[in-house]
Amino acid sequence: MARVLIFFLASLCLPALAQDPDIDKRVAALANELRCLVCQNQTLADSNAPLAVDLRNQIREQLKGGASERDVVDFMVARYGDFVLYRPPLKATTVALWAGPFVILAFGVWLLLRRIARRPAAEAELSEADRARAAKLLE
Amino acid sequence: MKTLWLPLGFIALVLLLAIGLRLNPREVPSPLIGRPAPHFELPLLHAPDKRFSQKDMLGRVWVLNVWASWCPPCLVEHPVVTELAKNVSVVGLNYKDAREDALPWLRRNGDPYQLSVYDAAGRIAIDYGVYGVPETYVIDQRGVIRYKHIGPLTPEIAQKKLEPLVKELSTRG
Repeated sequence: MARVLIFFLASLCLPALAQDPDIDKRVAALANELRCLVCQNQTLADSNAPLAVDLRNQIREQLKGGASERDVVDFMVARYGDFVLYRPPLKATTVALWAGPFVILAFGVWLLLRRIARRPAAEAELSEADRARAAKLLE
Repeated sequence: MKTLWLPLGFIALVLLLAIGLRLNPREVPSPLIGRPAPHFELPLLHAPDKRFSQKDMLGRVWVLNVWASWCPPCLVEHPVVTELAKNVSVVGLNYKDAREDALPWLRRNGDPYQLSVYDAAGRIAIDYGVYGVPETYVIDQRGVIRYKHIGPLTPEIAQKKLEPLVKELSTRG
């Protein structure tokens, strides 16, 4: 009797466990791309904040409902702004972010070139008299 | 000339860090400002059989305040909300709370809200981009979100930002 009961209870749990692995994969991929706004340096996948759990469920629900990755990302951006994206889009407001490192690199290269150009020219060749003097000193 | 570059560069760096480190990373600009307040229709906290929608407030300037009994900063800002509610309609959005906790909390600390809606699942709060309770929204007569504050309201923010904004929006009609 007990066995039957256990089997029955276990079978009740099964639908909950046997979730679509394809959906799971897509949820995980998306959650890795999105920032948890509660603990801002974690992704939705890493965070256990209640909001992160809710948002992961939200992603799952939407994907199950036939939404595309693009739809889910748009949903999050509409509510929380571009900040939820770990890969910020290239926009007027983010130009400094994308171009900044290259500008600084160019500035560094320019400084370096200028410095090299300004270095005093190499010493002139030794004259015969200098050579003779050096040879004498080294003797 | 050369000696000038180093201190200048240093000062520029210090300025950059001084500004950057003072910015509050929690204050993420909301994309909802200037957009219509997301639709909801939720049961009231006090009367589960009655429902309230953001549409019911069309034609009025009002404040939506997201709060929960489990949220200590909500208690901190409560006197400010109470003061604010004397001049403007404040609607509470009770977030991921339980009625048996939320109702005694209001009885203990006073209930400044015109009414509170009950969002136990936090689903509506997601539509409003809530991530750090308490949060406060100013919504105009046409149902457009005009301002959002994240975290506890201070008397300063209430007096210098919220109240003038509400007054300005009200006179605009």
